[in-house]
Formats: sequence, structure tokens, C-alpha cells
Amino acid sequence: MNFLKTQNFKATLVSVLLLLVFLAAWQLATLPATGGAAGPAVSAEQAEYLKMLGKDPGTAKTGGFPTPLQMGQTAWRHLSDPFYDNGPNDKGIAIQLGHSLARVGLGFLLACLVAIPLGFLIGMSPLMRRALDPFIQVLKPISPLAWMPLALYTIKDSSTSGIFVIFICSVWPMLINTAFGVSAVKREWLNVAKTLEVDPLRKAFLVILPAAAPTILTGMRISMGIAWLVIVAAEMLVGGTGIGYFVWNEWNNLSLTNVIFAIVVIGVMGMLLDLMFAQLQKWVTYAE
Amino acid sequence: MLNKPATDATPGRPFLQVEGLAKSYPGTSEPVFDNVNFSIARGEFVCIIGHSGCGKTTILNVLAGLESASAGHVFMDGREVAGPSLERGVVFQGHALMPWLTVRKNIAFAVRSKWPDWTSAQVDTHVKKYVDLVGLSGAIDKKPSALSGGMKQRVGIARAFAIEPKMLLLDEPFGALDALTRGTIQDELLAIVRETHQTVFMITHDVDEAVLLADKILLMSNGPQARVAEIVRNTMPRDRQRATVHHDPQYYPLRNHLVDFLVARSKDLSHGKAPAHPPTVEPGRGALADTPPSVTLKAVA
Repeated sequence: MNFLKTQNFKATLVSVLLLLVFLAAWQLATLPATGGAAGPAVSAEQAEYLKMLGKDPGTAKTGGFPTPLQMGQTAWRHLSDPFYDNGPNDKGIAIQLGHSLARVGLGFLLACLVAIPLGFLIGMSPLMRRALDPFIQVLKPISPLAWMPLALYTIKDSSTSGIFVIFICSVWPMLINTAFGVSAVKREWLNVAKTLEVDPLRKAFLVILPAAAPTILTGMRISMGIAWLVIVAAEMLVGGTGIGYFVWNEWNNLSLTNVIFAIVVIGVMGMLLDLMFAQLQKWVTYAE
Repeated sequence: MLNKPATDATPGRPFLQVEGLAKSYPGTSEPVFDNVNFSIARGEFVCIIGHSGCGKTTILNVLAGLESASAGHVFMDGREVAGPSLERGVVFQGHALMPWLTVRKNIAFAVRSKWPDWTSAQVDTHVKKYVDLVGLSGAIDKKPSALSGGMKQRVGIARAFAIEPKMLLLDEPFGALDALTRGTIQDELLAIVRETHQTVFMITHDVDEAVLLADKILLMSNGPQARVAEIVRNTMPRDRQRATVHHDPQYYPLRNHLVDFLVARSKDLSHGKAPAHPPTVEPGRGALADTPPSVTLKAVA
């Protein structure tokens, strides 16, 4: 069979094997301690004292870390009912994810609206590039979360502050890439536009934008990656809703299964967002 | 057919007039070129030849309006050239097609720029006509990346012709092509120019190309302070063909004159030693004087 020999198939096979090895190792590491680990016999008084301390010697002693089976059950429980809403601290995983995605989407969109026109300006005007460069260089390396107190104080709304933090972290890669893409548009294409007496607006949309689109989208893809990293941390700080808050809440509940499940969900969602931008990038990329 | 037939320039005023053109860059003592004077009649095909660095491309860019000269003036059709214009079509050295557009859309972009109020049907008919003219109808919906170098340059030529400019400027359009492709496209260009009576100004490094295509060849001395040192008139019949042109008795005297200039004389004429107002020479005429006219005609035919 030819299909069995393709690189794709082989790669999938190795991936699946690695996953199985990982799960097996996990299973082995979380096996309940048996036999000798039970320790010396305790008297009735000692047992009662231990129970009062929350260390019931009667129950099976585990490391507290969930087994793959427990994880599977938790994942199934979440995925089979993703949209329930039992009040502020108990919502389905899809609702939490939706809140995070909405914040990221809104912050990212605002960042696009600012970064792309500004990037065009900087890319087209060497004067503006020099004038704005010091600001960009100072603002760019600031951790987005460092803005949080200032945002909370001025905006006074935790959810909006989260959106602001996403905005501020998405803006820089997009701005810098747009400016670079616009300034790197080939001289000859601009000369063609000049000799055809193309007006500035038509030139911006029909020559510069498509020419710089691959670079701009690279910036957007990087921004989205950063935004998705930051939203978890931001929601841990501001609380209320979102996948980041969910992680923090489940940590306070000491529910490691839920925490691990959320981690996996964050990873998968991040991958999907990146794939989406990769597809868009493919769409605007041109071969020369 | 495609353009109005060539009409003679108004007496006393050639179609294109270049007067005292000079270009110097800050920080250099000598200008790249200065005192460049020449003129082009309507319907004339003019080639400019010279070594690298004598400012040929700069002169072409000034004619196109893409660069400004340090001194001097260019007049076209009685008006001074002060910037890029749809009246002058440019074929760039590296074809300069937009790689994200198909052949059809590349040319349509130019056509829409010239006639903004045309309907899309009108634009498309016009585009098809010019794509057909360069023989690329089969590739009209392909992107430039799917075309060979020769095909890309043909699209570049079609785009320049499609806006029906009063003058065509070609910046060494065949420089990057292999010899066989170059020959074919030269023939095509010659056919279209003859049909449309297009006025052409073209940069080339290829002496044979100049002899085949040009009615008038401008010889530039080496830079710095390069000048148009001599104007060579091509006295061979205008219907010359690439396959037979080298049998014309005028061919070798003409070709040798150009090669001698480039190899021996051009470097002695740098630093402004060339005359500001170049003499016109007709090296082919000598060959005609040696042979009876009837024999010449036969040889050409």
C-alpha cells in the first residue's frame, strides 16, 4: 500500500505512539501507592486525630495528581455539556472560552484599526518613522500586564481593562510589520503607479496593500499568538469570566483535573487561531 | 491602425526636445552627465547606447518624469515634462508586473488608470486586444510567476502599449532574456511599432539590437560628465528584418562604427570632452556610394 509509505502517515504514526507512551507513563506515575506504603498501624485515637487533620488513613492514598482515566472523565463531563451556566463561578467551558475569545477578538480588532493605518503612515513617511520610533521603542518592551493597574484605574471596568491589555500587546508586532512591509514595497511597482498617474488612495489599496499584505499578516499572526498568551494571565488578574479565570478558580478549588483540562483547551484553541492566520497568510501570499 | 498615423512634427519644433540636461549628485565634483542635447521626431525609434554609469537610465527616468534633472529641460509635444504622465508609457528593465495580479488584471490596472470611466466590458476588450498583440491570449489569466521571462516582458510591453501613450520609453527591456527569446520579441516589438507608428526611446547594451530597431542611435561617452557624443542615423530601409539585415551592405559599416565608438572612443570623450551639440553621422552611406543603388535594393530584398 502506497498510503502506508507516505511521510504523512509515518509522522502520524509516530505522533500517536508518542501520545500512548506519554499516557502510559502518566498512568504508571499516578498509580495508587499499595502495600508497604500503608505505614505502621495506628491506634483508634491516632486515626481519629488524623481524620480531624484531614488525613484519613482509611481512604486510598494517592499523590493527588489525577490519573489519565480521571482526566478523560472530566474532559467528557465538560465537553458533553459545554454551555451550562450555574452562576458566576460555575459556567460551561464553551462559555468561558467564548468570553476569552470575545475579549481577544475585540482587543485585536481595535489594534488592527490603529496599527495598520499608523503602520502605513510610518512606512510611507521617513519623517514620521523617525519621529515615532522613540515612542515605539519604549512602549514595545513593556509587559502588557504592567498596564493593568493603570487600565483598571482609568477605565474602572475589569472586562474592558482586559480588552485594553490585549489591544496594547497586539498593536506592536502589527505596527512594526505593517511599517516594514509598506516601506519595503518594490520601487518598480511604485514607479508603475507613478507613470500611470494613479491617485494616492488607489495606490494605497491596489498597489501597496496587496504588496505588503504577506508581511502585515505575519504581524497579525504574531500579535494573535501574543494576545492568546496574555489573555490567560489577564483574566487570572481581573477575574469574573474567561478561560484564564477558570484556571485560577479551579486552582482555588484544588481541582487539578479541571486545571489540566483548561490547559489543553487553551493549547488547542491557540493552535486553531494560528492555523486560521496561516490560512489567511497563504491566501494573500504571492509568488514572484 | 491602433494609433493615429505618424504626422511630421511641427516645423522648427521636434516632437521631443532635450536641452542641456545634466545630473549631479551631492558630494561629487563632476556631474554624471551634462549638456545632453538631442531631439526625437514623431514616429521615430531612437536607441541610446553607452557604457554602464553614463546615466542612460537617469535620462530615461527624467523623460518618464520619475526623476528630476539638476539642469536642463525636456519638452514633449510643446510642453515641458514636469512629472510622470500617462502620455509616456514605460517598459521597465525588470518587467515590474504586480505578482498578485493576473496578466489580464495587470493590464486592466493600467487601462483603468488611463480611462477611469470605461465600463469593465470596455476595459476587458481593450486588454484582450493588447494581450493578443503580443501573442499571449493563452496565458491571459495566469499570474506572472507562471510565465517565462520572455512572456513577462511581453506583458510589460503590452501594458505600456495599452495606454496608447504618445511616446514609449524602454529601459533595456530585453537585457535579462536569452538570445533566442530576445530575437523573437525584437521582431514583435518592431512589428507593433511599425503598425502603431509609435515614437520610441530605448536603452540598450546590444549593438545588433540598436542596428535592427533604431532609426537613430545616440552614442553616449563614458561618465563622469558624459554627453551624447554622436548621433548615428540608420540609413538602412525601414522594413529591415532580423533574418536578413546582416546581408545589407550598410550593416557592417554601421555596426563597426558603433562598436568602435564603444570600444575605443567613448572613454576618451569622458569628463566633458564630447561636444555639447553632437554631430549627426551616417556611416552606412559610404557603403551605398560604393555599390550601385540597384544592387543594394536586391541585396535588401
